[in-house]
Amino acid sequence: MTDLSVDLCGVRLRTPVLAASGCFGFGREMAGWVDLAAIGGIVTKSVSLEPRRGRPTPRVAETPSGMLNAIGLQNPGVEAFCAGDLRFLADAGATVVASLVGRTPGEFGQLAARLDGQPGVALVELNLSCPNVEHRGEVFATDPAAAAEVVRAVKRATSTPVLAKLTADVTDLVAVARAVVDAGADGLTLINTLLGMAVDVGRRRPRLAAVTGGLSGPAIRPVAVRCVWQVAQALPGVPIVGTGGVVTGEDAAELLLVGATAVAVGTGSFINPRAVVEVADGLERYLDAQGAGSPAELPAMFKAER
Amino acid sequence: MASASSLGAAPSSRLVPSARAAQSRARLVTLLLAGAARRRATGPAGTSSRAAGSAAGGSGGPPGWSPGGSGGSGGPPGWSPGGSGAALGTFEIVFDVVGAGTRALAGLRPHDVVDALGPLGRAFDPPQAPAGCVLVGGGYGTAPLFFLATELRARGCRVDVVVGAATAGRLLDAVAAERLGHSLTVTTDDGSAGRRGLVTDPLPELLAGTGAERVYACGPMPMLAAVSRVAAAAGVACQVAVEEQMACGTGICFSCVLPVGGRMARSCLEGPVFDGTAIAWAELGYPELEPTA
Repeated sequence: MTDLSVDLCGVRLRTPVLAASGCFGFGREMAGWVDLAAIGGIVTKSVSLEPRRGRPTPRVAETPSGMLNAIGLQNPGVEAFCAGDLRFLADAGATVVASLVGRTPGEFGQLAARLDGQPGVALVELNLSCPNVEHRGEVFATDPAAAAEVVRAVKRATSTPVLAKLTADVTDLVAVARAVVDAGADGLTLINTLLGMAVDVGRRRPRLAAVTGGLSGPAIRPVAVRCVWQVAQALPGVPIVGTGGVVTGEDAAELLLVGATAVAVGTGSFINPRAVVEVADGLERYLDAQGAGSPAELPAMFKAER
Repeated sequence: MASASSLGAAPSSRLVPSARAAQSRARLVTLLLAGAARRRATGPAGTSSRAAGSAAGGSGGPPGWSPGGSGGSGGPPGWSPGGSGAALGTFEIVFDVVGAGTRALAGLRPHDVVDALGPLGRAFDPPQAPAGCVLVGGGYGTAPLFFLATELRARGCRVDVVVGAATAGRLLDAVAAERLGHSLTVTTDDGSAGRRGLVTDPLPELLAGTGAERVYACGPMPMLAAVSRVAAAAGVACQVAVEEQMACGTGICFSCVLPVGGRMARSCLEGPVFDGTAIAWAELGYPELEPTA
C-alpha cells in the first residue's frame, strides 16, 4: 500500500496532487464532482482586496495541446471569499491554499493578514506572475527585487507558509527564485502560464478580447519540467509545487522526478472535472510499478545522465 | 478543449470551434450513449475515467437528465441537445461543423462511444400554471425547443413557435417543427423559406394575438438580444438560452461570463438559460431594453 501523502512546507497533504489556481474555481464548484477532503489540496482562484470583474469575452482560445486564457482575475474580493467559499471549503474539510493577488506589495500584505488564521487555510500562494493584468509592472515575478519585496510584505503579515508562484517568462528564473526564497518564501510554485497570442486569420483579429493571454496545458509541460529541474538543482531543499500541463499520473511523476514536492493540475480539470483524483490514482500506480514507497522517494530515483 | 486527443487525456472531442460563421450544413445525429458516457450522464460522482465534450446545454443540476428543458447552445458553440428518446436510451445532439472537434464528431459511425459530461447548468423554467408560450429558435438553436415544446404542452400550455435561419437550408427540421405547437412561423434572412426577415419581425403580432405570457428563445446572441427587447417592450417574461464559449462547462474556468445583475455571471452554472431582461445587453454592444411601464 503506497502512502501518497507528502509534507509541503510543514503541511501534510493527503496526496501530492493539488488543484491549480484558476482551474478549480473557488473549490465549491467542484464539490459535486470530487471529494474535496480527499484530494491533496485546492489552490483557490486568486483573490484580491476588492472584487474584480475580469476581462471581456472571448476569454479563451484553443491552441495546439493547450489553450490561451485571459480571464483577468475575476473574483469577488477577499471579504466575500472569506464569508462564502472559504467557509464552505473549511467545512468540507478541504486543504486550502489561498491564492492572493495584489497591485502592490502592501496589498499582498493586507490580504495575507486578512487570511492569517482563517480556518482551512493551510498555505498561501502569491500570484506574482499572472500575465493577464493591466500593467506588466504587476507581474512582480519578472523582477527579482519586486518579487522579493512582495514576499517580505507577506511574511511580515502572516504565519501561514507562503508559496511564491513564478513565471518562466524571464531570462533567469533561478535568480527570481533565489530572491524570493531569500526574502522568506517557504516554497515555490512553478510555473504560471506563458504569455501567448493567437490570431483568427479569417477575421484578421486576435482570438482573445484581451489580445494576449496565458498559455497552459500539455503544450507547456516541458517548460515546467525544465523550470522545476533548474530551480531544484540551484536551490536544493526548497519545496516546489510543479504545475504545467499535468493530465496523467505519469505527467505528475515527471515533475516529481526532477525535484517537485507536489504538483498541481490546471487545464486538465477543464477536460475532466475528476482529473485531480485520477492523476493521483495514476501516480499511485506509477509508484507501485517503480517500486517507490512514497512520492518523496522519486527525486532520488531520478538519473540525470541519459 | 482541443480537437480529438490533443490534450492527451480525452479520447473524444472537446469543441471550441474557431469560427462562428459555420460553412457546413447542420447535421442531426443520434448518439448512442454507451459506457463511460452513460455513467457520466447519470451524475457527477460517476466513476468513469475520462471526460470530454461537455454538452453543457443541460437541464437542472447535475444528477439526472430531465427533458424538461435544455439549455441548447450554452455549451461549446455548435451544440444543442435536441431531443430524447428515453425508452431507447438515446438522446439527440444537434451540432454544426465549425471546427476540428465537430468535424471529428460528424465522422462518427453508429455505436461509436462518445464521452459526455452533463447535464450541466440551469434549464428553461416552465410556468407553474398553464400559460401561453412563444418559442423562438434561430438556426441550430431551435433544437432544444423541441424538448421544451413537448414539456410545455404536457403541462397544458399553448405553444406557438417561431423559427428562423439565414436560408432555407439552415432551418432545422421544419417538418418536425410543424408539429411542435399551435402554430409555426418560419422566417429566413433571404426569403428562401417562410417570411423574409428576422424572427423578431412576426413576434410583436404573435405576442399580442396569442396573449402569451412567456417567451423562450435559443439562438445566436444578436437574436436573443432582439427577442428580449421585443418581449420587454410587450411586457412579456422572456427566458433566453445563451451561447458563450466555454473551456470547462462546470464553473471553474470563468470563460463563459455575461454581465447579469451587475456582475459577470458564468453561463455554464447560472445559465445557459437567463431571464432576458437581467442581461446587461448594452454592455455587450446591443441596445438597452425598453420595458413597458
